[in-house]
Amino acid sequence: MTWRPRLAEGTAPVLVVLLLLLVGLALAGPAYDEPSGYLALLKRAAPLMILAIGQYFVIVSGGFDLSVGALVTAGVVIAARLIDGDESATTPVILLVLGFGLLVGLVNGLITTKLLVPSFIVTLGMLLVLDGATFLWTDGAPRGALSAAFRTFGRGALDVPLLGEIPWSVLILLAILVAAALFMRSGTGRALVAAGDNEAAVRMSGGQVDRLRLLGFVLSGLLAAVAAILLGGFAGVSAQVGNGLEFRAITAVVLGGVLLGGGRGSVVAAAAGALSLEALFTLLNLLGVSGALESAVQGLIIIAAVAYASLGGGLRQRLRTRPKQRNTVQPAPS
Amino acid sequence: MTKRWAVVAVAGVLALAGCSSDLPEETNPGGGSSGSDTRKSEFFDQAEYDRQLAFRNATPQGPEGKPWEQMLEPEMVDTTKFAKTGGKYTLCFSNAAVDNPWRQVGFKTMQQEVKLHPEISDFVVLDAEAKDDKQISDIQSLTGRNCSAIIISPNTTATLTPAVEQACGTGVPVIVFDRGVNTSCPVTFIHPIGGFAFGANGAEFLKEKVKPGGKVLALRILPGVDVLEQRWAAANEIFTGSELDVVGVEFTDGDAAKTKSIVADYIQREGEINGVWMDAGATAVAAVEAFQDAGVEVPAFVGEDQQDFLRLWVDEGLNAVAPTYPTYQWRTPIIAALKILKGEQVPREWVLPQPRITGENVRQYVQQDMPPLHYAMCGCEGMPGYPGPWK
Repeated sequence: MTWRPRLAEGTAPVLVVLLLLLVGLALAGPAYDEPSGYLALLKRAAPLMILAIGQYFVIVSGGFDLSVGALVTAGVVIAARLIDGDESATTPVILLVLGFGLLVGLVNGLITTKLLVPSFIVTLGMLLVLDGATFLWTDGAPRGALSAAFRTFGRGALDVPLLGEIPWSVLILLAILVAAALFMRSGTGRALVAAGDNEAAVRMSGGQVDRLRLLGFVLSGLLAAVAAILLGGFAGVSAQVGNGLEFRAITAVVLGGVLLGGGRGSVVAAAAGALSLEALFTLLNLLGVSGALESAVQGLIIIAAVAYASLGGGLRQRLRTRPKQRNTVQPAPS
Repeated sequence: MTKRWAVVAVAGVLALAGCSSDLPEETNPGGGSSGSDTRKSEFFDQAEYDRQLAFRNATPQGPEGKPWEQMLEPEMVDTTKFAKTGGKYTLCFSNAAVDNPWRQVGFKTMQQEVKLHPEISDFVVLDAEAKDDKQISDIQSLTGRNCSAIIISPNTTATLTPAVEQACGTGVPVIVFDRGVNTSCPVTFIHPIGGFAFGANGAEFLKEKVKPGGKVLALRILPGVDVLEQRWAAANEIFTGSELDVVGVEFTDGDAAKTKSIVADYIQREGEINGVWMDAGATAVAAVEAFQDAGVEVPAFVGEDQQDFLRLWVDEGLNAVAPTYPTYQWRTPIIAALKILKGEQVPREWVLPQPRITGENVRQYVQQDMPPLHYAMCGCEGMPGYPGPWK
């Protein structure tokens, strides 16, 4: 087994963007002269990167997951209410939050694959259901408090020999990123991409498209729950914590060169896209640009990246040596 | 393959666009208060500002220790025409929303106030869920019921004015509180001193505690809401006339994570921050944590009277102040309604005292067993059943 360092298709541009942004940060802020500044950036970007990894699994297999933001809010609010400051409740509640994410992903996936409702609609519905249920349950004001142990994951750091203090969230992120990259190189991972690329071909070659897509949604839900634990830990209880995160995650994935509609893109690039997005916002803030510009920037990135991908896709197809059956314009996932 | 670099170009252009849009803010000569808006806000009203600041030093009339029954410089009006003997009153309440902790605490306090008065036989509440159109139809439907008095907490000022006027037209006494309307037809309008006084209380504290030239970060929830704009307009007025350097005015959307990130960025960017002003305290704890996590001393802080902030203040020995927009004002409309129905005089504009919590008295407002988002200034501690319903 020979490992050769290679970048998946479409990874290079986002890495260049990321590098430019990091250089920009070093020039703009004195805090980025030393590693601790970048570590702080990575810590802050970790929840979004984890969400982007989850979103990648769904998008690459041909779907969308719009429910992750609402799921993050629900996770934080549920955790606060159930823990209510009681340290001993930490472990069971963390397991419960992870289980809840898993369950939401499972429901999304089952409705999409078994009832054949487009994932865009299913997860939009789930977003509204979770938002409404959270509001109803809390009356608009979250109650309870998170325990110190729960908050450690988002706020604390582990003393690693040789490296010094590394935030927990960064360690968790790295573990997830490595696992995701390995998974995408496995047979199942490749089949997941293939399911987004050419569903019929996967079916005919005996692959179980439904089961693969279901797996994508379950992973997305689970990772959204992990992000909820990190975000709740970072800043405490808030009913606004997940607002707009689904669009941020999708922007990050698209910025990472992953094709909306599925079939192309790498998980590492998606995570790099999330880090780039966070670095961009940090840079804008360091330069004194109002935060109100953030959503405009996000919108431009989505439009520009998708336009680029559809142009680039045609170009690549013409350059392709091996002819391959492929729909350039993906139909809405069903 | 060149198209692949389009993304790079787009990102670069975006960053540049960001830079250029910054220019108007930074062209401030002298560089004194670069982030502060030296031009007065359109929400700034000098006469009202002066009036509110004067109210802070006025001596309230009314029973000692019951600020929800006190009034500042009242101009009493006669209500004998509304007098209705025999009790069995039906009070009707059109509520703008219960969608934030402040309104939650207030509404619970109001419900308990109703229980204190056996002469109220029925309390009808319609929740407009923060929608103007729903509140307009709510008020219309209340005018069709047999209400002895109608209490309205308007969602927005201008849009709700015609609906309030219509309710007044039915001859039932109308009481407006919290936000106002552009009509004098309600029998009384109940509110604490107001947003200018709130904003000034925090800004004056920073002016006093932060050394001249010190860097102040102002955190606001969102633009365009008049109550919040007034708070900032007053603070801006005071900062402009001070030697403080307002290094940034940022909107947090009331989100703790965003607040914490913004504050962390400013600590990095400015090296140090000497004071933080906030237009509402809901994310004050997250802002304080940003300083703690950065390993620097927490500077002078403006928060609000929520328990999580007060506890942190006492535990960490912060140098802080908490202006309040007291939730005890939710008791007053019920008291006013009963006065009106008994034919007793009430003020045309019932201005309630608006205390602030300082380092000297913060300990008396800390209630360890209450939820973190509970507002200390609820005036509810002495009510029967406390603390059950507020938990």
